[in-house]
Amino acid sequence: MGILSTARVKSPWLLHFDCGSCNGCDIEILAALTPFYDIERFGIVNMGNPKHADVLLVTGPANHRNYRVLRNLYDQMPDPKGVIVVGTCGCTGGVFHNCPNVLGGIDKVIPVDVYVPGCAARPEAIIDAVVLALGKLKAYGK
Amino acid sequence: MSTGWLIGSAVIAVIVAPLIGGLLRGIDRKLTAHMQGRIGPPIIQPFYDVIKLLGKKPMVAGRAQLVFAYAFLALIVTAVVFFALRQDLLVVLFILFFGSLCLPIGALSVKSPYSQLGGHRELLQFLAYEPILLLAAIPIALKSGGFPIANIFEYGQPLLPDLWLSFIALFIALAIVMRKSPFDISGSEHAHQELVRGVITEYSGPYLALIEIGHWYEMVLLLSILGLFWVVGSLWWLSIIIALGSWFIMLIVDNINARLTWSWMLKFAWGAGVTLVALNILFINLGWM
Repeated sequence: MGILSTARVKSPWLLHFDCGSCNGCDIEILAALTPFYDIERFGIVNMGNPKHADVLLVTGPANHRNYRVLRNLYDQMPDPKGVIVVGTCGCTGGVFHNCPNVLGGIDKVIPVDVYVPGCAARPEAIIDAVVLALGKLKAYGK
Repeated sequence: MSTGWLIGSAVIAVIVAPLIGGLLRGIDRKLTAHMQGRIGPPIIQPFYDVIKLLGKKPMVAGRAQLVFAYAFLALIVTAVVFFALRQDLLVVLFILFFGSLCLPIGALSVKSPYSQLGGHRELLQFLAYEPILLLAAIPIALKSGGFPIANIFEYGQPLLPDLWLSFIALFIALAIVMRKSPFDISGSEHAHQELVRGVITEYSGPYLALIEIGHWYEMVLLLSILGLFWVVGSLWWLSIIIALGSWFIMLIVDNINARLTWSWMLKFAWGAGVTLVALNILFINLGWM
């Protein structure tokens, strides 16, 4: 493994976007940032800025109201980047899947790399998903 | 001191300064994590971050920004070289100011509200610390007999006993330059949401890496200026202890303080910092120090 892919794996910066979630999954994401899980051990930092982020964490179903914002955030992230969907709503639309204002899963708007099902997803599952997304960053350019 | 030796030390400074700066940043993050009851990232984490950023796809909001990102690094490296060559302290400070000014100008060249807000606040920070740094050069020159840094080495006596007022003022200035709490008002360290990353919001990928490396140089340079207060003969190692001690105190100040407003910062920097230096100059002229 080259020095660049090592660095990519060792320092994934996260961007968290709530696409209309009930906040259940968002609370679980924030739980992973607390001293109990302390994800900064792995160099993971929560960035509020898409231009600095490597991994996009999305919660909630894609809807007509904010899918443009979601696509805009995705486009502002420089390559290589990964997208993780947290929670059942983001994976498929969940309980909202037939609502007239909901498009469905996040993958209707942007390409998704890792799906984390669960209502809400556990912090351990979210950390596991970030590790899986790192596989994509590691393989970038090869 | 021979010319060859000086040029050698300048080359070593350019190579070693970012390594020391990066390690200090890593230790900073580790100690901060421990103070918050966390384990924290490995000490070499800043190097992983910078290498990763260098490998990201370049994305810019405007070409002017690129010029200022490169100029920021180039001018600060120039200031480090001038310092290592023991040139005029005023020249070193002015090159440093010019370099630091590139960051807000680059930020203001982009029409992003976060970048604009951060750029304006960075200019206010500049306004707060610049008078202290410039004025602090005067008592040093009064004592050592001139602005060249070489004079301080030839002076033969430690500066700190006579210039401790200026030292405290420089410490305040250093905290503002390093954007540590309570002075991290222009670009918050941990992406506080109201201004995202402020002045560096629009710099991304390799250009953010350049700015990060520039900050490492800047930190080492400013700590070296604090170290100048005790560089005499066999006790030269005290300067390293003074520099690292100040850095550690700043870390504690950073961790026990919240971010404060720019108006408070201006009042504090001008009220406390400039007054301390002015008193120092007065006391030297009266012959009390």
